[in-house]
Amino acid sequence: MPSAEKTPVALLTGFLGSGKTTLLSRLLAHPDMGETAVIVNELGEVAIDHHLLRRVDERTVLLKNGCVCCSLRGDLADELRDLLGRRDRGEVPPFARVVVETTGLADPAPILYTLLSEPVVKHHFRLERVIATVDAVNGLPEPESVRQAAAADTLVVTKTDLEQAADVRPTLEQLNPTADVLQACFGDVEPSVLFATRGTDLRSVPAFETRAHSDVSACQLVVDEQLDWGAFGIWLTMLLQSRGSDILRVKGLLNVGGDGPVLVNGVQHVVHPPEHLDAWPDDDRRSRIVFIGRGIEPEALQRSLAAFNRAASSPPTPRR
Amino acid sequence: MCALCGVLLEEHWAEGEGGRRGRTLRVALLNRVLGHFGLRLDDWSGRTYVLRDRKGRSTVVANLGALWVEAERLAGVPLDPLDPGLVRALG
Repeated sequence: MPSAEKTPVALLTGFLGSGKTTLLSRLLAHPDMGETAVIVNELGEVAIDHHLLRRVDERTVLLKNGCVCCSLRGDLADELRDLLGRRDRGEVPPFARVVVETTGLADPAPILYTLLSEPVVKHHFRLERVIATVDAVNGLPEPESVRQAAAADTLVVTKTDLEQAADVRPTLEQLNPTADVLQACFGDVEPSVLFATRGTDLRSVPAFETRAHSDVSACQLVVDEQLDWGAFGIWLTMLLQSRGSDILRVKGLLNVGGDGPVLVNGVQHVVHPPEHLDAWPDDDRRSRIVFIGRGIEPEALQRSLAAFNRAASSPPTPRR
Repeated sequence: MCALCGVLLEEHWAEGEGGRRGRTLRVALLNRVLGHFGLRLDDWSGRTYVLRDRKGRSTVVANLGALWVEAERLAGVPLDPLDPGLVRALG
């Protein structure tokens, strides 16, 4: 099925008490959100009688030899397949979007893995975006909240009206330079803004400058030379195997020749299918790759990627 | 097996480009990397790969993700792309 015909799935995550349910309740009350199916973990919390509200018990299936991020969320796969079947049989109203609200402690990666790998689910659904709420009072208090913020495409700052609220935007922009940062008091944000298709440009992160947030930092590699796609794939798969537990997010626009860049987007070990874009967002044709993680050494990454890229276009030196 | 290996995906994200020629070039570059760790890779009918070590042990791997898991097992050491020795060897 072409990607455009698949039903979009938005993942709503955020730490305990960060305002996910308030945001979801306000969204579902908006007229533009009528054709939305919702999957939540706690049925009683969403303060709205929504006709397409479904509850799941978080059930993670750890695959053989699997790491946590790449485990299958069987509950979610079952629920999405069931929704699909019911929609096809006319047992539920048609829906144009699914919103999945995670628990406050959930790691988004297994959910992304499920959407990208479960055969029926990936054929009928596509990940639209990951939205993470962060409350302005507590910020990112635990490692789970940092993982959620790093995985996000859109960060929604909540509780900004409270007296104890801090300006967390600079911290979030440092932690995840790939995400849009919005603000919403009492969940008040227009769906057209929250779900707006944003450009593919990556927010500028000064080259080689690491931004510390506790032990997690972000950096951006900038590569002048055209990249060999094969070499990049070998390099990134090897890197994620070797250091995947420390890499929370990778997102890049790659110049591999052709008119537009290739967009690469991954959360921990889970890498989306690369997307060929028609055009660059600006005149800069250099490849740019943002890494968010622990213990990232941008100079070492840059040297290594350059060596793999050179090796793809040069024969090996004969051994003497 | 982790998602990196794309075990449930029909096609690994890093292997969908270039057709047969791309696969041949990929195997050539992989052998420059794996050779640094005493391993060798052969394409098997354009569908899977056979990974071997110098002791004669071999294993079949489906794709790039599965490759690194098995390569670490056969080599007995972590295979780090940032390894300065590997970076020098690649030139």
